[in-house]
Formats: sequence, C-alpha cells, structure tokens
Amino acid sequence: MNRDLIVVGAGPAGINAAKVAATYGMSVTVLDENLFPGGRLLGQLHQKPNAKGSDRWWNGLEIAAKRIEEAKRVGVEFVCGSEVWGVFPGWTVMVQSLQGGQTYEAPRVLLATGAAEDPIPVPGWELPGVMSIGASQVLVNVHRVRPGKRVIIIGINILSLTIARELTLAGVEVAAMVLPPPSETSGERANFRVVLNQLLKVSHLAPSPFIKFVGPRIASTKLVEKVARFYPLSGMRVWGIPIQLRMAALEIKGGDSVEGIVVAPVDGSGHLNTVRAREVPVDVVCIAGGLYPLAELAATVGCQFAHVPELGGHVPLYGPNFETTAPGVYVSGNITGIEGAEIAMAQGLAAGYAICRDAGFMKKEEGDVKLAQACEEIRRVRQNADIQFLERIQEGKAQLARLWESYANNPR
Amino acid sequence: MWDWRVKEHSVLGPQKERPEVSFEFNGQTLKGLVGEPIAVALLANGIRHLRVSERNGRPRGLYCAIGHCYECCITVNDVHGVRSCLTPLSEGMVLSSARDLVNRPFRKDSAAKWTRREP
Repeated sequence: MNRDLIVVGAGPAGINAAKVAATYGMSVTVLDENLFPGGRLLGQLHQKPNAKGSDRWWNGLEIAAKRIEEAKRVGVEFVCGSEVWGVFPGWTVMVQSLQGGQTYEAPRVLLATGAAEDPIPVPGWELPGVMSIGASQVLVNVHRVRPGKRVIIIGINILSLTIARELTLAGVEVAAMVLPPPSETSGERANFRVVLNQLLKVSHLAPSPFIKFVGPRIASTKLVEKVARFYPLSGMRVWGIPIQLRMAALEIKGGDSVEGIVVAPVDGSGHLNTVRAREVPVDVVCIAGGLYPLAELAATVGCQFAHVPELGGHVPLYGPNFETTAPGVYVSGNITGIEGAEIAMAQGLAAGYAICRDAGFMKKEEGDVKLAQACEEIRRVRQNADIQFLERIQEGKAQLARLWESYANNPR
Repeated sequence: MWDWRVKEHSVLGPQKERPEVSFEFNGQTLKGLVGEPIAVALLANGIRHLRVSERNGRPRGLYCAIGHCYECCITVNDVHGVRSCLTPLSEGMVLSSARDLVNRPFRKDSAAKWTRREP
C-alpha cells in the first residue's frame, strides 16, 4: 500500500503530525501496536497546579479523543493492533498484526514511538505482581482494573509520584514509595540526597501549600542537607502516601505472586542498614526507573545517534525540520527526548508542517513561516509546562542542536 | 467489598458499558468484557500468573502492559507467544499458559510445581 506519509506511533506527537499532513492533502496512515490510538496520553490523569474549576484536571483520555477525532475528520487513517517491525530503504514499512503481515511504501516516515521505561532489577522482580510504574497507570486508568490491593513503589520521581496519586484515586492502597537498592545499576536513583533535591524542584506541584511554597526555595541550596539529615524514616506524606527517601528495597518475596517486600533504612552516608531490614506485606510492587527514548526503529534504519543524558539517553540526531540523518525519516515526540505530552503535541504539529513543506504539499514560504511559528510554540509550551521530567532538558535540546550543526557541516 | 475492577472513579467517571463474554483459561471457564486485553480479563478474575519462565519454570506475569516486554505471552486458540496485554478478548477464546519449555535444562520438579498443566 502506498502513502505520502507513514506515521509510526499514534501518541500525541503522531496524531498531531498526521492531522497537519492530512490537512494539506497528504495521504497518511498512522500505525500503532496498541488496541486503540492515543499512546500514553490515554492513562494520564493529574491535577494542574495553577488551573481552576473544570480545567483543574489533565485528563489524557479526553484530550486524546479530541485530537484523534480532529485527525480522522481531515482524513487520517489509524491502523491499530499493528506492530512496525522494520523500516527498509524505499521506505518500505513492514507491519505485523494478528491478521498477518502488511507492507506500506512511503517516501516519508515519521517515527513517533515515544518512550520506554528503564527498569531497575531487584531480586524477586520476576514474580507476577511486579510491574513497571507505567503498567499500573495503564491498568487503573485505561483498563479500569486494579493490579492488586496494596502497592509499594520502588523509585521516587515525578512520574511515580503522579501515578501513586492515580493509584489511590482508583482505590489501591500505596503503602510507601521507597528507593531502589544501592548498586552500580541504580546509581543516582538510589541516592536519597539527589532524589530529595529533584523532588524539591518539582514541589510546586505538591498539594500542601507549605511544600508548594517552601520546597522550590530550598532546592539546590545548603538547606537541602539539613532537610536530608532530619528526613524521617517513616517518610513524609503527600496525598496520604509515605515518601520514604531513607528506605531502600532489598528483595521482593512470594511464591506464586508478590506477597511482600524487604526494605531497609539507608544511613546518612548512603549505606544500607541490613540489620534493620523488615518485610512489608504487599501484593504489588511497581518499579519506576525513569524513561528513555524508544528509538529502536531509528537505529535499524541507520540514523546517527547521540548519547545525551539530559534528554534521557540515546536520541537520533535531527535537524530543525525534525528530519534525521536518514533522508525522509523524521522524528517527533518523546523519541527526541523525554518531556510531557503537551510538548509532544506541539512537536507533532511542527513536524507535520516540516513534512508538508519538504514534500511540496505546502509552498516553501508558507511552510517556513508555519514551521517557525510551531517551533516557537514548542519553546513556549516547554517554558510553561506543569511537569518536567528531566531537570536539564533545555541544555539537552541545545546540545542536540549543536551536534546537528556538526553533522550538517560534515555529513558522512 | 474489594473488587479487581474499578467500577467507580471519582474523576474519570463510569467506564463505557461493554458486553460480557465467556472464555477459557487452562480449562477453566471465566467471564470478561469483550475487547479488553486478555491480560486485563484474567486480572479481573484474580489471575496474575500467566506463564512460566523458560529458564527455571518460575511463575511469570504482566510487567509493562504495553507490549514491550513479552512477559505476558500466552497461547491463544493454539497460537503461541501472543502478547495478552495487547490482544482483545472475544467470545469463546481458548487460552492456555502451559507449553513445552524450550531447550534449556531445567528442574523438572520446579516446572511441575509451577505449571498449571496436568503432569
């Protein structure tokens, strides 16, 4: 099947890029392996700190439904339950679904595959009942089933905090949030001072007016050390959930499925006090190690990559028009770096304009203007974003732009 | 009374109504909602042990819920290796967690303990 554009991933970036492309007359098919479109937007549910009334809740399910409807209205075709397993020169897009295999041919492909979760292996993590933090969000918010009765979350970050709240809203008891065991793998994620500082930076989202006011002002100052030293072992509660920055998970226990988790306190120098280890009864453990760009398809296509920790890991190099080093292959959304859905949506629009212009479906002058406006909008959305996953995302984007400049001046 | 399904949600509101269908898992007849992922229908019935590890016969279940990890693979209507987190449930589906373990040597006693199939 021939198309002007194939979009891989029906998340916020893919939907918006497809909508723009179809608006300007491109034949577009969006492929996604999930049962329905929307990507990770579908499970998102959190309160916006400064909004009032009905605007107070960010309801990803509703937002996704609107964007999908807008895209369908201008002729975008969504094909779900379809996994893109290969993209070959042509471009030939190979698809596998329960109905069998399909092939699409398109001069342009947009990879909007989003992000994947970075797991932190803990002994016993193979037991049924252990899952990624994102899995628990999908289960309660998208599929409306509970993973179990009582959860402990390993890994304290903005994503796990948000989802911890979503779990309690769905009637799941969150017994505590703890750190992973210290190891070379867990790295800074097990360092309570680093995690505390990161939390303080996002504390403007906390429900408590005190934390909301004081938190951001303490972040990165000498006061953090005082807070760290006096931080109670039982944890401070946010939304009724004990955030136990001084406790680390050691082992998950159970026969047929999760029955408990062994935790131990971490002292001021970051050493585990295994003598004081105790087993907490839970039937679910969620592991929250952070997100990284899901860029496997870009790698198989042969795109050049850069390792930019400020963006979340390995990202494909891309230029001001979102095109990678593989001609005709574009990227948009979290594959370019870990940020929130609002930025992904803005990036989708920008990539859509770039693709239309490059493909000749828009006059160059109009395309240049629309792309510039859309990129300015990305910057504005980034500045005002409620939730920021990575502290140094702006630096990351600047670094990537420099790397692209280098590449553009010496293409190999 | 505690329920695996979230029937009421204070912010998201009620879920869209969907017809209930019957299906089989390891010979047991169960009920689920048409179109929901198989893994979700099983979870709603309190079933989290989906397969056994090919390495040591220990129980395994859902991990990522979005098709990345392949931990949730089960046999659906005689087709092996189907990701239960992404496959929609339909009336009369026959599901099974048991299958011959692959080439690695494993302890027969631990596999027998954890596999649901009759020895």
